[in-house]
Amino acid sequence: MNEYTPILALLALGFGFGLFSVIISGFTGPKRYNRARLDAYECGIEPTPQPVGGGRFPVKYFITAMLFIVFDIEIIFLYPYAVAFDSLGLFGLVEMVLFISTVFIAYIYVWRRGGLEWD
Amino acid sequence: MTGEFDVPKVEYALVLPLLVVFAGALIGVLIEALAPRVWRYQAQVGVAVSTLFAGLAATIQVGVGLEPLAGDVAARGDVVVEGALVVDGPSVFLWGVLLVLSLISVLLFAERRLEGGLTSFAGQAAALPGTDAERQASTRRIEHTEVFPLLMFAIGGMMVFVAAGDLLIMFVALEVLSLPLYLLCGLARRRRLLSQEAAMKYFLLGAFSSAFFLYGIALVYGYAGSFDLAAIDQAVSASTAGTPLLLAGIALIAVGLLFKIGAAPFHAWTPDVYQGAPTAVTGFMAACTKIAAFGALLRVFYVGFGGASWDWRPLIWIVAILTMVIGSLVAITQSDIKRMLAYSSIAHSGFILVGFVGLYAGSPAGEGLTSLSSVLFYLTTYGFSTLGAFAVVTLVRDAGGETTHLARWAGLGKTSPVLAGAFAFFLLAFAGIPLTSGFMGKWMVFAAAWAGGAWPLVIVAVLTSLVAAFFYVRVIVLMFFTEPGVDGPAVAVPSALTSSVIAVAVAVTVLLGVVPGPVLDLAQQAGAFVR
Amino acid sequence: MLPAEAGGGVPVLPVEAEGLFSLLWLIVALPALGAVLLLLGGRAVNRLGHLVGTAMSAGSFVVALVLFIGLLGRGEEERQVQQQLWTWLEVGDYTVDMGLLFDPLSAVFVLLITGVGSLIHLYSIGYMVHDERRGRFFAYLNLFVAAMLVLVLADDYLAVFLGWEGVGLASYLLIGFWAHKQSAAVAAKKAFIVNRVGDLGMSLAVMAMVATFSTSSFVGVSAGMPEASSGIATALGLLLLLAACGKSAQVPLQSWLLDAMEGPTPVSALIHAATMVTAGVYLVVRSNFIYAEAPVAQVAVMVVGLVTLLFGAVIGCAKDDIKKALAGSTMSQIGYMMLAAGIGPAGYAFAIFHLLTHGFFKANMFLGAGSVMHAMDDDVDMRHYGALSRALPITFVTFAAGYLAIIGFPGFAGFWSKDKIIEAAFAEGWIFGVGALLGAGVTAFYMTRVMLMTFFGDKRWRPEVHPHESPSVITVPLMVLGALSVVGGVLLLGGWITHWLEPVTGPEGEHELFVSALVLTAMVTLTVAIGVAVAWVVFGRQSVPDSAPQRVSWLTRAARNDLYGDAFNEAVFMRPGQQLVRGLVYVDDKIIDASVGGLAALVSGSSGQVRRSQTGFVRSYALTMLGGALVAVVATLAVTLA
Repeated sequence: MNEYTPILALLALGFGFGLFSVIISGFTGPKRYNRARLDAYECGIEPTPQPVGGGRFPVKYFITAMLFIVFDIEIIFLYPYAVAFDSLGLFGLVEMVLFISTVFIAYIYVWRRGGLEWD
Repeated sequence: MTGEFDVPKVEYALVLPLLVVFAGALIGVLIEALAPRVWRYQAQVGVAVSTLFAGLAATIQVGVGLEPLAGDVAARGDVVVEGALVVDGPSVFLWGVLLVLSLISVLLFAERRLEGGLTSFAGQAAALPGTDAERQASTRRIEHTEVFPLLMFAIGGMMVFVAAGDLLIMFVALEVLSLPLYLLCGLARRRRLLSQEAAMKYFLLGAFSSAFFLYGIALVYGYAGSFDLAAIDQAVSASTAGTPLLLAGIALIAVGLLFKIGAAPFHAWTPDVYQGAPTAVTGFMAACTKIAAFGALLRVFYVGFGGASWDWRPLIWIVAILTMVIGSLVAITQSDIKRMLAYSSIAHSGFILVGFVGLYAGSPAGEGLTSLSSVLFYLTTYGFSTLGAFAVVTLVRDAGGETTHLARWAGLGKTSPVLAGAFAFFLLAFAGIPLTSGFMGKWMVFAAAWAGGAWPLVIVAVLTSLVAAFFYVRVIVLMFFTEPGVDGPAVAVPSALTSSVIAVAVAVTVLLGVVPGPVLDLAQQAGAFVR
Repeated sequence: MLPAEAGGGVPVLPVEAEGLFSLLWLIVALPALGAVLLLLGGRAVNRLGHLVGTAMSAGSFVVALVLFIGLLGRGEEERQVQQQLWTWLEVGDYTVDMGLLFDPLSAVFVLLITGVGSLIHLYSIGYMVHDERRGRFFAYLNLFVAAMLVLVLADDYLAVFLGWEGVGLASYLLIGFWAHKQSAAVAAKKAFIVNRVGDLGMSLAVMAMVATFSTSSFVGVSAGMPEASSGIATALGLLLLLAACGKSAQVPLQSWLLDAMEGPTPVSALIHAATMVTAGVYLVVRSNFIYAEAPVAQVAVMVVGLVTLLFGAVIGCAKDDIKKALAGSTMSQIGYMMLAAGIGPAGYAFAIFHLLTHGFFKANMFLGAGSVMHAMDDDVDMRHYGALSRALPITFVTFAAGYLAIIGFPGFAGFWSKDKIIEAAFAEGWIFGVGALLGAGVTAFYMTRVMLMTFFGDKRWRPEVHPHESPSVITVPLMVLGALSVVGGVLLLGGWITHWLEPVTGPEGEHELFVSALVLTAMVTLTVAIGVAVAWVVFGRQSVPDSAPQRVSWLTRAARNDLYGDAFNEAVFMRPGQQLVRGLVYVDDKIIDASVGGLAALVSGSSGQVRRSQTGFVRSYALTMLGGALVAVVATLAVTLA
């Protein structure tokens, strides 16, 4: 029983948090509705209606968001590297250069293919 | 708080094949970014082929240099990168097979003659089907050459997947191999809705199964206190009875992996995705993904959970039986050739599972016929014939692209006997007729399972392969013994690329059936897993 | 009832091939080469196809004959010659060598296959002369001969299995050769599938051998058998019997043989009379070292043989299609061989003896039937024949030789061989003896019926038919085979055949009869005479109606329907199978998809938003996965905690 007490606890906590957030926001949140507020995504992107007669679906926002994640992860790796810089020595340098260049290649791709242009 | 850090050791020489493949993929991305559009196709194909060749050369070099391990079990190789990867006999064998098959797949991807000088991938995947944007893309003769780096990323992920010595690395590899596949599935030039639907389904269900896999990893970590397969093995072997935590973890990890190999009841995606995906991609998935997933399954269960085999054996038994029965029975009623091949691939997963769960370790020294070597051999044989079969499917076309409805294949043997003959030959190999590689593969796998004491399973397997033979023969009858319809299929004349794919697949299927010795030898020399 | 001498099978102890015998591989290689040449060669080869194919087969026969004479000149202990070709697969201790074993048993088979095979090749030159795909036909014939030779020459069960599947494939191609006939395509498929059921037995048997002895070579298995448990021995014996039933069309796997008559007639003669259907008998005799340890399996072999010999005989009585009547008779005669093979060392030699004589006279009669059909514009209905003895004198005489041989007319080949089997059966047990005797009587009846309906009585020819004798390329093989049907019995002179096979099957042993052998022979002859007489009364004295009478006894009706073999298969295997498949497909496609997909479709309205409803499908797939995962976890836990 012992070893899976934490897991049960985690499960309970997960459910509890979900329930708690929904209920408490229902009680405490301000109830001023407007159009943007009712959209599925509160991000300024209109999911519907789609462009008449098909056409392209604007994904500019999502591309930018995904780029953010890529660079975010890069930064996350840079922090611990900075902390252990001395003890890792040349090995660390080589590995980090490899890592950064990998991310950089992705960056070049996005940049050259117009992923950074908003319009 | 600054503790001293041990510098990790990376055996660059031993993981060179992986580095080569990933480097090639990155170069592919750079080409996509920097090269002018007109040169991209040539550059991408060149880079992909040379990368995979270089990777293969590196793999051979690594394989030749593998040191036999001291110990009572015949094994060779080493645990590298601080336990993250295991470069041992089975890993290197699977790397080799994966690289050869992906080389062949690249040829299939690169085929441009069938669509009037363009690849069979969507010109502009972002354009909605049936819109002006799409038409523009096709008049401007745009094509997605990204498929080549995507294929290399997928292969890189598969190579890590089969060599992972650590559950977390295995999970990362699973994602690395899956994400490019999701994309590739949605890139068909024709029938794009079907293709996009397939990609969506594959992605959603794949993500779902990944979640199971991850949760299983978490539970096992909770039990063993480590992600390392060797450490898990120690923890499992140390205790006499499995605890619920471990067992639930094993079951969930099994679900994640069984999904990838398309075992029932986690097979539902297979027919839809195989049908919708571009046929070249389907062939690649059917051959390579299956091999990689089985490699990982073998490693996790033989190395990590080997000590608890009595606990998971019944589960795999049931799954194997279900998979074989569903695969071969439902295939009978299929009217679409790609769906039929999908169900046939499900059935084959079941046959391989039989070998897997036979758990036959061979003679005391672990030499000779073992479950591991027989499964490795089967995967090789199956990979080549299935790739060849899908290559044939790409050639049977009408005005709307490939005609995959079985009724349209009637009389193919009369209009183009060579192609139909090749296809019939692959079907016979699937059915396990002697002098084809399929027979040798089945034979090895079943013999190993029988020797391991799983004889009831072998009987079920032989019975279902009997049923399976029925629908393979049905297609052969349809092709050769039925009059072609008025609007019979036209067989497109392929370029040297697809022709050579089919020729190689036929040759390998014959060779492995007549003189399986060398490849079998390799599979055996691979020895056991290194922990 | 159990064979007395359980234990003591004859181990296989071959000597290495050298000198002349190093040519052994040529026997298989020649027809194989012919098949490859004809299949891959273009139109030019195709035009000469019949000559190439016949030459290859005949060449193989010559080599076989030379080696056979060489074998005759050797001492008894040196008559098992083995030639290693290459190592097919090597897995640790388990090695399968591609090797050939030329011993007294395989030698007679090789002679039969290449000899009769060559005659049939020759015959086909004439028979298929108008077929534009004649070259292809000869390619298949050569392929068949090569595969059959692999089957009887291989020295390892796995390699036997290779030939086994090979002949299955070749016969599939040959039966379906006239694929423009729907019935031919169906028959080909049926033969293939039913044969796969038999192959199931074979493959399981070989697997069991590997698991038990770590080898599947004759040498290894025969050496290991005495130590094997009786359970293993019985299992092996029964599995091999299943295999034999599939190839040799024995009950319960008999149903394909009658349909297989859709193939061109030379095919029927080659595959369904002389060679392939005897593969089962070969397998049982070859595995004598297994059956020596498995008395239960031996009894099973005898029972199968007995049932089939009666079954086939009854079917033979009711068929109006001349080829199908002959096919029923083939089943029945092979039943005799199985019966003899089941008896053990006392019967093996007679099984092979009957197999040889049957190979001669049945091939002869099939080819004769082909000649008749040739004359009658491919009509196979005997009710449209009659009085052909004048029109087709050579065919008539040769067919009559075959007829006298099969019914066991004293002095003809079949007389000697069948008599010996009935004698051995009586020694084994009353029931077998009486069954075999009864079978002989029925055989005499239906063969006389065939004879009378075809060659005697009134002309019942269709108006536009003008029978004429076939060209010499067809009649020469008939004459050779006819002669062999007459004199085939010489093989028994001085007990030659039993002595010859002794190195393979062991000594015959003594058996005791309740009466002297001579009296028994008289009884057999009397029974045959009664059969002939009854047939004469029914079909000779009165005229034969030219369409089949509808008011007949239930037995006739049953026999016309192959004793409901197909109906049985359908009721027991096909329909439940179809139900199962339907159910599975339903569950796979409908229930899960419909419940969830339907819901989604309902939600999204009927606006044809296909894709929306397809997300419903994904949900349903995910639901199956979730369910599967739950079951997996629960099952794993339950299995361990229970």
